[in-house]
Amino acid sequence: MDKATIIVFSGDMDRVMAAFNIAVGAASSGMEVTMLFTFWGLNVLRKDRTGSRAGGMMQKMLTWMNRGGTENLPMSRFNMSGMGTWMMKKLMKRYSMPSVKELYTTAKQLGVKMIACTITMGVMGIGKEDLVDDIDEFAGVITYIKDARESKINLFI
Amino acid sequence: MDINKTVDATGMLCPMPILRTVQAVKEMKFGEVLEITATDPGIKPDIKNWCEMMGHELIDIQDKDGRIIVHLKKLK
Repeated sequence: MDKATIIVFSGDMDRVMAAFNIAVGAASSGMEVTMLFTFWGLNVLRKDRTGSRAGGMMQKMLTWMNRGGTENLPMSRFNMSGMGTWMMKKLMKRYSMPSVKELYTTAKQLGVKMIACTITMGVMGIGKEDLVDDIDEFAGVITYIKDARESKINLFI
Repeated sequence: MDINKTVDATGMLCPMPILRTVQAVKEMKFGEVLEITATDPGIKPDIKNWCEMMGHELIDIQDKDGRIIVHLKKLK
């Protein structure tokens, strides 16, 4: 089976949506899809609004400012303290576009493999308990490379 | 033409119509025909390419009262 691999580095709502659209499209076309969430992309996998429980003071501050959860991702442009993102979500609903949360669920149902980057988790003080429960693997770059070197599509978003 | 299954994807945007199609085709037997009703014009090239990739037969694409009607036959 052909493989597709996507690194989700960004935690911006619009970029993450594009990543999930491609993942869902590839899985719908019979591909085996792996998504590796690293750095700000890890926010997608975080439980809503949890701060670091495991980390030290700096990590607690970082995760408090850098809010996680699929519902709390800001747009890359015109976020305007959340106003712009709020309006975009309204528009998406009006045109029956799926939200990031719905896209995540859909991707999971299609068998898209979700990997959380343990390196970023370590630096940011994000523990397994801060992330959603249905993550397939906790791994580093080598696991990703193993999938990526055999894949036909490879993206960094 | 006998239609064995229908998918209503009106009002849905990419990639939802294809996703609904995938789910429907999964439940069908070989040789059965699926009818998809959609409003997003992106379905026209998308369904053509999807059928090519997946090895299904695209029977036709029609425009009817502002809707797009697609028929395809499950082959694989």
